[in-house]
Amino acid sequence: MNTEVLLNEFKEYSEHPYRVLTEYKKQGKKVIGVLPYYAPVELVVAAGMVPMTIWGSNKKTISAAKEYCATFYCTIAQLALEMLLDGTLDQLDGIITPTICDTLRPMSQNIRVAMSDKLPCIFLAHPQHRKPSFGLQFTCDQYMHVKAELEKISGKAITDDDLRGAIKVMNRSRKARRDFVKLANDHCDVVSAVNRSAVLRSAWFMEPEVFSEKLEALNAELAALPVCDWKGKKVVTSGIVCDNPNLLQIFDDNKIAIAADDVAQESRAFRVDAAETGDPMMALAQQFADQDYEVLLYDEKSAENRRGEHVAKLVKDSGAQGLVLFMQQFCDPEEMEYPYLKKALDDAGIPHIKLGVDQQMRDFGQASTAIQAFCDVL
Amino acid sequence: MSIYTLGIDIGSTASKCVMLADGKDIVAKSLVSVGAGTSGPQRAIAEVLENAGKTREEMDYVLATGYGRNSMLELADNQMSELSCHAKGAAFLFPEVHTVVDIGGQDVKVLQIENGVMTNFVMNDKCAAGTGRFLDVMARVLEVKVDELGDLGAQSTKDVPISSTCTVFAESEVISQLSMDTAKCDIINGIHHSVASRVAGLAHRVGVREQVVMTGGVAQNKGVVDALEEELGCIIHTSPLTQYNGALGAALFAYQKYQKEHKD
Repeated sequence: MNTEVLLNEFKEYSEHPYRVLTEYKKQGKKVIGVLPYYAPVELVVAAGMVPMTIWGSNKKTISAAKEYCATFYCTIAQLALEMLLDGTLDQLDGIITPTICDTLRPMSQNIRVAMSDKLPCIFLAHPQHRKPSFGLQFTCDQYMHVKAELEKISGKAITDDDLRGAIKVMNRSRKARRDFVKLANDHCDVVSAVNRSAVLRSAWFMEPEVFSEKLEALNAELAALPVCDWKGKKVVTSGIVCDNPNLLQIFDDNKIAIAADDVAQESRAFRVDAAETGDPMMALAQQFADQDYEVLLYDEKSAENRRGEHVAKLVKDSGAQGLVLFMQQFCDPEEMEYPYLKKALDDAGIPHIKLGVDQQMRDFGQASTAIQAFCDVL
Repeated sequence: MSIYTLGIDIGSTASKCVMLADGKDIVAKSLVSVGAGTSGPQRAIAEVLENAGKTREEMDYVLATGYGRNSMLELADNQMSELSCHAKGAAFLFPEVHTVVDIGGQDVKVLQIENGVMTNFVMNDKCAAGTGRFLDVMARVLEVKVDELGDLGAQSTKDVPISSTCTVFAESEVISQLSMDTAKCDIINGIHHSVASRVAGLAHRVGVREQVVMTGGVAQNKGVVDALEEELGCIIHTSPLTQYNGALGAALFAYQKYQKEHKD
């Protein structure tokens, strides 16, 4: 199958997640909604169900969710609630609500209240101190709670072997995505910014094994092509979500390729694998503990600005000339992190721009001007 | 024989054109007070051509810029972002410029210039505070014309602080001051400082180095220029061509592009 056909297939999945959901239900599968970040989707896979992660929506506007949320509230979380309230996600069999940031914590309770008789809501609290043994144990205990709730929904007990199998499935998906990110940089003449995002976004809706198989096929096609001699500019993207095709089209229109990313929905989600041997629940806890350079997680060495330097190095190593930061409106962790990221980029002599984005934005005139001007500066 | 280039700057509130001969002499200019999505751009082009006694066919290169630049691709040979064009125009008018503050109808930009070339920039977030729109809203509430704000603000004798965070909050503050019979000139002076404070905050993010040049329609408001000088602690240079600066930059880039394409 050729590259274009495969890329178009991913685009279809990416643009129509709810069509995919309906298809799963027609096939008699149970589907579990998952909110960001770092939910152990391996548990869903081990239970024989399909995980579907909800990163807000680029097509909906907030209406019913306003009843539950203050004005200055993250739109990703609000749009997830909106889709639960307006029936878009009625076909889900349950939802896992992690609580890593200050927005998701109360949102988990809003969802619990709003969905009280409609949908099982599985609360997940990650520990702040995730690395010490007590933190690992806390994560294990939380994951055990999630496991028990998922078993109730699926009607199937999850064995250690089931979980080890699911870890292998997700490790395969993560590796395929890591490989793809590198190949997309080598072949940015073939993989546009819009297509790159569509592939990575599809991972959150497709059945993991189907996704991996398809992406491995695409990776093989790309690897067989000669590395392109890119005449345009290259940047690294950073932020929570950057998956609006209309926004990404601006990159393609200005011949700006995405060399790598520091995006929560993209590379930050598949940097770390879980061990495939030993106690599988502890392996998942350890995987969470090993997450690093992350805005949303506690860094005991935060005074060293390791994350900022990591991102600056990512820009240099990927061959990009600059960084575009998509600042999600009302995202406190990202806003508070920005001065440190800016300092590290300035110290490394890396130009960057910060674009305020909101998933309800439909007009990208200002972003277009800024991206085009940034291209002139690079 | 001269090379004629035309720059068209289609902003959110006005359409401006500048025609250059040989990339240095301004032949004609035009300004229509409506911008993107209106008949303004077409009228501005018709006017500048008429002023110069030229036709579109006699233009060697036409370059569009501004918010509505992509809507002109049938008439223009190319388009560029207004940030690059403002940098170019300001460097033409003020060769020693290092910082450009451009306050347009719906956004604010601060540009860092090195040897006439833009090296960095910052734009306002999606918020009207500090923009021309902010002044429009306030003028409406105060029942004065926006181009009277500068002279009225100069008559102020008392400091009246107005919020710089949000147009809506600031509007209600202005209404509240009016209800307390605060003199309009004092409120206007407060509004100018509110704009200046917002813009100065943005400027410090990119760094302020003299010479500082202010462009865009708001640069015609002396009250805002004075308040910004106070905030930044330096002299701000403006030009009678301030509103045409983006179109001038576009015409200069058009000349460069023409030269490049006809090099051989």
